[in-house]
Amino acid sequence: MIALLWRDLRLAIRAGGGFGLGLAFFLIVVVLVPFGVGPETALLSRIAPGILWVASLLAALLSLDRIFALDYEDGSLALLATSPLPMEGVAMTKALAHWITTGLPLTFAAPVLGFLLSLAPEAYFYLLLSLLIGTPALSMIGTFGAALTVGLRRGGLLLSLLVLPLYVPTLIFGAEAVRRGAEGLDPTGALMLMGGITAGCFALLPFATAATLRINLR
Amino acid sequence: MLTVSGVTCARGGVPVLADVSFSVEAGHALILRGPNGIGKTTLLRTLAGLQPAIEGEVSYPEDEGAYASHADGIKTALTVTENLKFWADVHGATLPGDILETFDLADLKNRMGGTLSAGQKRRLGLARLGVIGRKVLFLDEPTVSLDGFSVRLFASWLQDKHLASGGVAVIATHIDLGIAAPELDLTPFKAAPDAEGGADEAFL
Repeated sequence: MIALLWRDLRLAIRAGGGFGLGLAFFLIVVVLVPFGVGPETALLSRIAPGILWVASLLAALLSLDRIFALDYEDGSLALLATSPLPMEGVAMTKALAHWITTGLPLTFAAPVLGFLLSLAPEAYFYLLLSLLIGTPALSMIGTFGAALTVGLRRGGLLLSLLVLPLYVPTLIFGAEAVRRGAEGLDPTGALMLMGGITAGCFALLPFATAATLRINLR
Repeated sequence: MLTVSGVTCARGGVPVLADVSFSVEAGHALILRGPNGIGKTTLLRTLAGLQPAIEGEVSYPEDEGAYASHADGIKTALTVTENLKFWADVHGATLPGDILETFDLADLKNRMGGTLSAGQKRRLGLARLGVIGRKVLFLDEPTVSLDGFSVRLFASWLQDKHLASGGVAVIATHIDLGIAAPELDLTPFKAAPDAEGGADEAFL
């Protein structure tokens, strides 16, 4: 599984791997918002938590269809299915690789962009923390969605439709935690619920993903 | 080593082959023959465990099967050595020192997978079989896009390395590989057009 993780990370970084694509998208969306809503700092700082969370969610969505599609096309997925790696492990590793190449960079870029949206100073720590807890769930749910649509031509749109509703709880609690942090309230409850969602995703979805992949490989 | 008894397999919900039975002893190969569409690929995928058989049983030592098809699973952004090293790591094996020479890849070892020709890719795909150390190989048209020299290279690896060390191979091919192996024509096993068991009738 470590070999698979290293291979995926290496492929993401090399030419055509799409590393940084999500990050650039995130950057552009957040930069566009002040142009759209005007330079009023009070308004910007109020909507900043929501904007940052929605933008990182969309950025994570952008690279989902690559998780299994490329391996399916060149036959690696069938070869992995007959290898000693359990499919559940493959699913988990793929989600982890997606998180390292998408969620993790987003998490560390977000505070910089928070500055651009004049996010309240108290909120930076919770922004970082909530993204760190929440983005793994986005990758895992997305991996499941990618497995569902793996054999389909142009499954990208269907994938978004399937996955976005499942992202809602993470989005609500993530943005709520940052908002509470910005207003000086206690965000522990929202963070813990989000942590619960992430833990639940990683406990259950690898099995669902593996079962889906097996059916799609038939 | 490999025993297939009464296997019926389906493609896209339609049974294509019915009641296929054969067995292959360690150190031997079996060549599958039959016209296009008879179900060679479907049978090999069923044997490899990628899809379930509708009926019948397939038995070989657990975790010893390997499948190779038209798609070689080569990553275009990885070099030849990195591609092979990955499959070796996944299977917990080490890269045999002479593998690149065996498949005539030594000159290409630092080339990116994406820059290889179709035949070179095929050789790399076949070299994977020499790396993963599995005993029971299911090969679907292994010689597609190989030139005569490479076919002999592959046949001699199969004969001298794989079969000689007690391996088994089931090969679907249309050409003469030049190895001594019995042939099985799949035409008599063609499933009846109205055979049941494949499609889920509730959805029709």
